[in-house]
Amino acid sequence: MRVLIVAILVGYWGGAFALSADESSHLALRTGFGPELSNRPQSGSYAEAVDRRVDSAAARHVASTPPPDWVDEPLQFPLTPKDLSPEEKRALHVEWQRRYVELQGWWLQEMLSTPTPLTERMTLFWHGHFATSFKTVKAVQLLYRQNLMLRRYALGNYRDLLHAVARDPAMLLYLNNQQNKKSQPNENFARELLELFTLGEGHYTENDVKEAARAFTGWRIAIPGGQFEANAKQHDDGDKTFLGHRGNLDGDEVIDLILQQPRAAEFIVDELWSEFVSPDPDPSAVQRLAAGFRKNWEIALLLKALLREPAFTEPRNSGLMVKSPVEFVVGTLRSLDLPLSTLNAAVSTSDMGQTLFAPPNVRGWPGGDEWITSEWLLARRRFVQQLAGDAPPPSSKPGVRTRLQRVADMELRRQSADLQRRFGEVAESLPPAEMMRQVLVLPPVIPPVDGAKPPDRLETLLLDPVYNLK
Amino acid sequence: MKRRTLLQAASMASIAPLGFAARNLLAADAASVPVRRLLLVELNGGNDGLNTLIPYADPLYLQLRPQLAVARDQVLQLDEHVGFNPALAALMPLYAARELALVQGLGYARANRSHFRSIEIWDTATDSDKIGTDGWLSRLDVQRRFGRSFAADAVVIGRNPKPATGADMQPVVMGDADSFVSESRGVEAMKSASDNPALKHILAVQRDIQAAGHELSSSRPSPAGDFPKSPFGRDASEAARLLIGNPATPIVKIALTGFDTHVMQRGRQDGLLKQFGDTMAALRTAFTSAGIWKDTLIVTYSEFGRRAQQNASGGTDHGKAAPHFVIGGAVKGGLYGEPPRFAKLDDGDVPATIDYRCVYNTVLGRWWNAGDAQIEPQRFKPLALV
Repeated sequence: MRVLIVAILVGYWGGAFALSADESSHLALRTGFGPELSNRPQSGSYAEAVDRRVDSAAARHVASTPPPDWVDEPLQFPLTPKDLSPEEKRALHVEWQRRYVELQGWWLQEMLSTPTPLTERMTLFWHGHFATSFKTVKAVQLLYRQNLMLRRYALGNYRDLLHAVARDPAMLLYLNNQQNKKSQPNENFARELLELFTLGEGHYTENDVKEAARAFTGWRIAIPGGQFEANAKQHDDGDKTFLGHRGNLDGDEVIDLILQQPRAAEFIVDELWSEFVSPDPDPSAVQRLAAGFRKNWEIALLLKALLREPAFTEPRNSGLMVKSPVEFVVGTLRSLDLPLSTLNAAVSTSDMGQTLFAPPNVRGWPGGDEWITSEWLLARRRFVQQLAGDAPPPSSKPGVRTRLQRVADMELRRQSADLQRRFGEVAESLPPAEMMRQVLVLPPVIPPVDGAKPPDRLETLLLDPVYNLK
Repeated sequence: MKRRTLLQAASMASIAPLGFAARNLLAADAASVPVRRLLLVELNGGNDGLNTLIPYADPLYLQLRPQLAVARDQVLQLDEHVGFNPALAALMPLYAARELALVQGLGYARANRSHFRSIEIWDTATDSDKIGTDGWLSRLDVQRRFGRSFAADAVVIGRNPKPATGADMQPVVMGDADSFVSESRGVEAMKSASDNPALKHILAVQRDIQAAGHELSSSRPSPAGDFPKSPFGRDASEAARLLIGNPATPIVKIALTGFDTHVMQRGRQDGLLKQFGDTMAALRTAFTSAGIWKDTLIVTYSEFGRRAQQNASGGTDHGKAAPHFVIGGAVKGGLYGEPPRFAKLDDGDVPATIDYRCVYNTVLGRWWNAGDAQIEPQRFKPLALV
């Protein structure tokens, strides 16, 4: 990986490319996890680089990290069998918790090693958008299957993705569609479909929610298999009026009626703009991009157009966005090639406010400036200090650190010497000016003192407020 | 913006240590004047009011909630209409001492049933069709109101800092105080300002961490009281520790989560209510033995109540209004507002009969005497409960 850094530095110096080094690193930082080694020479124009990046990400929709060995275990319902003793129940829940953290580690490993980081960024984008949490679903196998589904469509067709989400077992459990029956509709999924997934508040009525809920009655997971089924007995096949259309609508028809609304394309374009371009989407550009998107719903084509927007590469938009915890952790470990365990990486992103497979609520992670609170900023600093071997010892007060955090603390102690050595080696390999250029997108608030030892210099730069920006 | 500018000016002019000495002096001067504190408790998920303060005398209660209803003889009756869920037994002594007020039918017009939107409405004190950006507590100018500054204007332990977050107020958010102090040590309060909004925000948070960490590092005793050994119990005990003595802050917010009981509600909600009641009793002990029970107000809120009728899964879906608690040594205890009547539901829900901003104006206007910080006080009249 030190080769990687050298390659990037060479990239910086090689002014002959039409694609500028700044554009190339901006693309890597904003649509990936920061500096990376490209398999192909970065030749050609900026537009070609965007195409290459999006095409390679779209072509790779299967993770290559081997999944945990339990992902194909059959499900049983109820998930906690009624005849278990309290001890057995506890042991079962501890095992779920272990698997849930293992699953986070699996995904983080894929992010750390993937040749197409944009696949992961888009899968993560959809995970936040179609938020589903372990805390409600519990069935870890279903969360794994949902991740496979999201990455399959991550840069695919948005219409297909929506239809797949409405059939996704983890989603059906998360938003209570399992309980959505003809005799007593449960509105949870229908409401969030309209409010958070597709149109946004103000673009539908309360009555549309009620009618959509009826259209999704009977859409549930089969017990005990755990796969999707449309249960005819629980389905309300009476007439419904939804967004001005009347008929015996089912869930698929509701989704297609939603997609006929001009707002449906704008809603997603707006969110993708906030994810990749800037915190303030440009309304006229959003409308223009949305007009193209609704012609075919191809996410890869939309992304190409979005990344070619002048606003994306404009230098003054650089450094205006806050890295998410996953970008912060994965980006640091990838670009510096540091061997932190995936358990510690998972606990670190959690401590910074982002637990994979457990967004805080159905709205997903708020993101942006809200990533920086006093608690979460301290967690970012702690992560950097841990890598440099310079962190204060964790609290020993009972009840403060969770069981998982204590396990991670122990695991970290085991790696500490090795990490610190690698951190030092990487720091030694980077000349001061290049270190700064590689690590920070803007000049540091507190530059390292002249003559500082390389590891101290690197730690200072990683602790600088600017390191949180992209 | 005023506080930001002030702090920034102070840190630009000097020399943090001198700044702190001056602040401590200010604190010593003000020590004889009691600081009226607020502990805000979020019941996250939408607490079912009808199984909290139970309208046991209404025959429709049993009919609409066959699997959920608490048997009449188990209800802790407060008057001829309503009574507590037995899980709230620990609140009975507070009610008997008239230190606990229940504001019934609290909510707002044109209810929004989305968790996120509705809590945002409560947090920002706006009408349901308006988007607010600043939390309602940020309307209070802490420095001016108390004539002194604190380590933090507000501390949020756990989730959702929104009610205390605004242009003029950035709460300190923490998991627990000890770790916060040890980790804040290396943080530099940087003098630089920036035009970059994201960077500006990070620098402001760094300054707050530095200031709060410095003040919190003074030793604070553990509060008296038998707090439940749960995260909520620990957060409440931590909150008390910050509020007792020379307070590190006048405002603390904590949250009890898990009230989104769409399925199999009874056991889950009862467990949460028990934690809540037991914690309130522990807080009363803690604040009483510290001599600040009369200077402390505890207020609950939640995004909404739940539907009157249970659903087919033994749970309840998102509703509208619900009763809320105002607790403290200076509170005029009792029942406020009208009990819910099942015969008079609004689209299957208990309607809002008191706007939630009446409670906020009670806190801002009557508790803190900060009339100018109130939210349209003519429209949302403060309640005479403190």
